Amino acid sequence: MADVELETRVVGGGDAGFVTTKFEALLAWARKYSLFQYPFATACCGMEFFAAASPRYDIARFGAEAPRFSPRQADVLWVVGTISQRQAPVLKRIYDQMTEPKWVIAFGTCASCGGFYDNYATVPGIDKILPVDVMIPGCPPRPEAVLDGLMLLQQKIGDGDRTTAVVKNTQLPDGAEEKLERLYNIRMRP
Amino acid sequence: MEPIDLEYDDAELELPSEPMSLNMGPSHPAMHGTIRMVLKLDGETVKSTDIQPGYLHRAFEKMAERGTWAQVFPYTDRLNYCSPLLNNVGYALAVEKLLGITVPRMGQLLRVVHGELSRMADHLTCNGAMAMELGAFTPFLWYLKAREWIWECHETQTGARMTHSYFRIGGTALPATDQFVARARKTVQRVLEVVAEGESLLLRNRIFLDRTQGIGVLSRETALAYGVSGPMLRGSGVDYDVRKDKPYLTYGEVDFDVPIGEDGDTFDRFMVRSEELRQSARIIEQTLDLMEKVDPRSPDAKVSVDDPRVMLPPKSEVYGTIEGTINHFKLIMEGVDVPAGEAYAYTEGGNGELGFFVVSRGGGTPWRVRVRSPCFYSLQSAKGLIEGGMLADIVPIFGSVNMIGGECDR
Amino acid sequence: MARIILDRLKERFGADVLETSSQHGDDVAVVTPARWREAAEFVRTDPRCACDYFVDLSAIDCCDNGDPEARFEVYVIAYSVARKHRVRLKVRLPEDNPEVDTLIPVWVGANWMERECFDMFGVRFKGHPDLRRILLYEEFKGHPLRKDYPAQQAQPLVAYREGTYDKLRPFLADEGMPLDRTFKAAQDPD
Ligand code: SF4
Repeated sequence: MADVELETRVVGGGDAGFVTTKFEALLAWARKYSLFQYPFATACCGMEFFAAASPRYDIARFGAEAPRFSPRQADVLWVVGTISQRQAPVLKRIYDQMTEPKWVIAFGTCASCGGFYDNYATVPGIDKILPVDVMIPGCPPRPEAVLDGLMLLQQKIGDGDRTTAVVKNTQLPDGAEEKLERLYNIRMRP
Repeated sequence: MEPIDLEYDDAELELPSEPMSLNMGPSHPAMHGTIRMVLKLDGETVKSTDIQPGYLHRAFEKMAERGTWAQVFPYTDRLNYCSPLLNNVGYALAVEKLLGITVPRMGQLLRVVHGELSRMADHLTCNGAMAMELGAFTPFLWYLKAREWIWECHETQTGARMTHSYFRIGGTALPATDQFVARARKTVQRVLEVVAEGESLLLRNRIFLDRTQGIGVLSRETALAYGVSGPMLRGSGVDYDVRKDKPYLTYGEVDFDVPIGEDGDTFDRFMVRSEELRQSARIIEQTLDLMEKVDPRSPDAKVSVDDPRVMLPPKSEVYGTIEGTINHFKLIMEGVDVPAGEAYAYTEGGNGELGFFVVSRGGGTPWRVRVRSPCFYSLQSAKGLIEGGMLADIVPIFGSVNMIGGECDR
Repeated sequence: MARIILDRLKERFGADVLETSSQHGDDVAVVTPARWREAAEFVRTDPRCACDYFVDLSAIDCCDNGDPEARFEVYVIAYSVARKHRVRLKVRLPEDNPEVDTLIPVWVGANWMERECFDMFGVRFKGHPDLRRILLYEEFKGHPLRKDYPAQQAQPLVAYREGTYDKLRPFLADEGMPLDRTFKAAQDPD
């Protein structure tokens, strides 16, 4: 309940007690950990999406386990891979079929901005055709970045924020760099 | 007493049915790539179908005409993204054919090892996905786990999990790391164990067998006329493998078998891929042995040709000498100067004969790069496999065709 | 090598074989458009050629040769599984109304390749049962692999949204764009 804490007060009443909170906060909190996803996997990034869903990275740990292969039942649209001009109407239609509330994650550079396919066939970023909540750069993004993206989306859902956000490099915690340098005998600091 | 329906013949008992049109795709979750099919159904039988590829057309061939020769490598990675390094090898060989250069022995061996590791990843993905589409989720997860190990092995060497761009015109980006041989050996062993485990789940599974055996039969003659190649052609009983028929790199020195199917059905294609995993493992082991035999002080131990017109100079020279700087600048800005001419080089890719037809008009930019993508051909032949079959069989048939969007639509 | 095919072709078609070459070990024969189908049929059925395996069919835009009568080169590659040799047949076509016989009666596999060739270069194939675009969509105008088609000239099917960022803008996020959102470190659950 860490995220709802700000607006939550525990009111006395013996051992059990009860909790008050704003209804929206509770709703947002409930939503962000039960995301039903629709993977719209078109290209190479799909391989990395599988990897993120597979046992090693296990996206299910973050409350985004169940893929729903019907847009009507999904909350999050993962656009995984290049969207060609020919595919664009299909994507738009799938987005329109989803029920509110809905969020969109652009997975990979191609979905975010077209990547190096700067040509007649490719849509230069799906934000040209639908609003995007989170962009995950990388070609393809590593599964760690995918998890970051998912967590960023959850944070945004909790805050009720609908602007576009880009996943950035995560900062290593203090002291981690020295440790990595020692362990792997590499130089990470300037 | 006589049966009551004696006077009817069977045809009268059949309910009349109208043919129904069904649109499948282009974002069907059970399809590997993005493809659309318009089906005409009679009940559950597919009467006719129109397969429409092209939803992932990314203009590979146009983009290749815009940069230098070396700038095509990242695009080739994304053709068949299940086995990127095989595409790298194919393109590098095509350009080297035009240039008339041969890569030193160590570079060739590295190409073979990485290529075969890539092929294993490709077949694992394909077989796993096919099993998943038939409802067997466990083998898929196991195979993905094994694929993860292979990617790790690539990653220690190339720095990327999936899109490596590791090979260069005239060689390899870097020599093998110290631990590479040991790591590759270990990876291959572990992967083979997983393959055996996965097979033990599937090959005596009644559902899997019933839904693959005798389904989607592709005859030998049709396969040839359609230009089908790779595991799909071999599943139909044609003994054609570029690695055997026209050995390139060091494939001529290693000993391996070409598995062949009998009936050309979905099951045979699955088994051919499974067996090819083992054969790839054999090739890798032998090639690793060959790598260890190379004398590190001999010229064979180089991974790239020693030719400043083709290879970038080492970084110490770029920063230390004016010649190195100029050489680097010219190669990056203008590209390798490839003499005018045209060449078709073909290798055995993940899905079959992967050919690159390169045309040069001289200078640093390709005039035309055409890729003969094997799954475009396989997909074309899938029309004949689907028609006359059941609707539910489309998915396993497509699984065994292993259509990869990036390669098919380019 | 497969000189045998070239010899057989010259023997059979005489002056209709315009040139032959064996650069880099690839045997090439250029034939006249009138006998294109016949030559392909011959290569497939002649017992000493026996090229039963269809490898590839595509075209090259040779707009630099200054000859509008030979702007497009269509080629087909065929291979003999039994004899292990291959040959490349070529035909030169004029700039306006490039048209040549279809090869579907010879190898069925030529079907999609010819459609692709039509799609990308605008070369028409006489007698093709279903000459539609294959990789692009019906609404597309022009033939993108012709050298005079600008690579970046897209023809979108879905109108782009208003107010989307330019292609490279998201990367400017660090300069205080509205996209800027730093990733908060995940809090420990209590
Ligand atoms: S971002 Fe890269 S890996 Fe992902 S779909 Fe685009 S080209 Fe493929």
